[in-house]
Amino acid sequence: MGRSPSPGESAGAKVSDINSARPAGRRLWTNRLASAAMLGAVLLAMIPVGLILSYIFAKGMAAMSWEFLSEPTPFSFRRAEGGFLNGLIGTGIMVGLATLVSVPLGILAAIYLQEYGRGLLANLIRFFSDVMTGVPSVFVGLFVYTAFVLPFGFGAVMGAAALAIIMLPIVVRTTEEMLKLVPLELQHGSFALGASKFQTIIRVVLPSALPGITTGVLLAVARAAGETAPLILTALGSLTITTKLIGEPISALPLLIFDGARNPFAAGQERAWAGALELLALVLIFTLLARIVASRSKISS
Amino acid sequence: MTPPPFAAPASTALPNSAQAPDLTPQVGEYGVPQPSAAEPVFTIRDLSVYYGGNVALKEVSLDIMPREITAIIGPSGCGKSTFIRCLNRMNDLIPGATVTGDVFYHGQNIYAPEVDPVAVRRRIGMVFQRPNPFPKSVYDNVAFGPRINGFKGDLDELVENSLRAAALWDEVKDKLKKSALNLSGGQQQRLCIARAIAVEPDVILMDEPASALDPVATVRIEDLMQELKKQYSIIIVTHNMQQAARVSERTAFLYTEVDEETSSRWGILVEHGETGLIFTRPKDKRTEDYVSGRFG
Ligand SMILES: Nc1ncnc2c1ncn2[C@@H]1O[C@H](COP(=O)(O)OP(=O)(O)O)[C@@H](O)[C@H]1O
Ligand SMILES: [Mg+2]
Repeated sequence: MGRSPSPGESAGAKVSDINSARPAGRRLWTNRLASAAMLGAVLLAMIPVGLILSYIFAKGMAAMSWEFLSEPTPFSFRRAEGGFLNGLIGTGIMVGLATLVSVPLGILAAIYLQEYGRGLLANLIRFFSDVMTGVPSVFVGLFVYTAFVLPFGFGAVMGAAALAIIMLPIVVRTTEEMLKLVPLELQHGSFALGASKFQTIIRVVLPSALPGITTGVLLAVARAAGETAPLILTALGSLTITTKLIGEPISALPLLIFDGARNPFAAGQERAWAGALELLALVLIFTLLARIVASRSKISS
Repeated sequence: MTPPPFAAPASTALPNSAQAPDLTPQVGEYGVPQPSAAEPVFTIRDLSVYYGGNVALKEVSLDIMPREITAIIGPSGCGKSTFIRCLNRMNDLIPGATVTGDVFYHGQNIYAPEVDPVAVRRRIGMVFQRPNPFPKSVYDNVAFGPRINGFKGDLDELVENSLRAAALWDEVKDKLKKSALNLSGGQQQRLCIARAIAVEPDVILMDEPASALDPVATVRIEDLMQELKKQYSIIIVTHNMQQAARVSERTAFLYTEVDEETSSRWGILVEHGETGLIFTRPKDKRTEDYVSGRFG
């Protein structure tokens, strides 16, 4: 193939290569400089995150108490008692319902896209998931407001519907990406043992993609737990504890934080800081739990 | 062992063997049992495979005998994998692949319209070039096939027997619950064999099962095959001629034919027969050149 150099020629080329190489010292310094620049960039990006977290922690801990966690919001922002239990329960109900709907639906849609989706329908689903991830959440709230709140009134189900619509495209797209990463060889191994397509997806593809799917679900849950605008239009907010799913406004942590933060009284603002800390801790705990469960369901290595 | 029919076709009966007498393998000289004593497992007639309209394998006709090792040899890209994938309908999974011709498995055409490819694969297992254990425990890997097939008996016993049959039991009996991905490459490949055995197939297809393994692991797989052929019919693809000569009773030589004008290439079956004859007294010049290492 091509010109083959004589042994002497190729040896000569190698020697001159080594001679013409840049001095080792310079290469070493370029390497160090690049590493330092990258480390600097990481630190720079961490500063805002660190500031936010430490500020929320400091301010939130100052106002945090057992009373805050176990009592509903008082009727006046001026009063220094009470807490956000109504919001905690509302967030739990609405995010829970939204997860229950959007996760199975999203995973099924992703399986369809990955394993069966070739034609127009699949491309439409993909296109709309992409568009939906970019839609400002207040529009989702407005949609649910006109479609469901106007005829049926404010309520937990309306809030959950808005959150589910926000979560669905996140679950679909992250799950689809994770399914793509499952090696085809594993599927062929399953088919060669006489597994049907359905069995292969349920028993091989999904378990292999589980850690990645968990990450996607967590992203969606965290996003939903922090949504405020769509809940103003669908759950409205409430100062009393309720577990009714429909026909009665319900509160949520972001709603109470929002209300507390924009009022002029110190007591209400302090509750908002504690609420922010509570929401942060909630998302953190949930993330940790889900990670532990996901790594448990894999086999020990 | 009479395999259950996939369906009950009258239209797909095996052609009278008298119609193709020239395809009967050469026998007798090297002490190989007379094949006329047994019915072939596979009777392959005019098998061609196309990928997206381009022919990759052309008009292969071949009989495969039971309880023996049949080696498929030939240069890289001549269609060995393509051929072996036809025998359990794995080519169905490749987009754009079409298969023409007939593959009779114990007299039944597995390409007949009423045949369910899933049922075919339960009878005809496959081991792949690269070990592909599932990211599950050793136990769950072996139990996978029986579970999806609705096995009702003692699963622990079946798993143990399959691992023993694959000469892996002693090495993994203390780590059945550990991830199969922690095993060495050779162990993973034997696990894949155990996994295939666990569904109690009739035939095991192996596509270069040792090509990703070191020499020691390769010898273990070859020894294992000698044990397995007492119970199973084995077809092994290999580009390693020494391996074919060592392990197989019969050998089929595939080769790439090139159309000089269009420079399109496809695989053909040059010759097949008793392994000893193929390697010492091949009838075809191309076989002789290949087995003597003159090309390939
Ligand atoms: N999935 C595929 N799609 C298209 N062409 C393929 C595919 N698999 C194999 N081929 C082609 O078919 C020919 C035979 O390939 P293969 O059966 O893998 O050969 P071998 O196993 O003998 O090396 C090659 O030319 C290859 O490019
Ligand atoms: Mg191959």
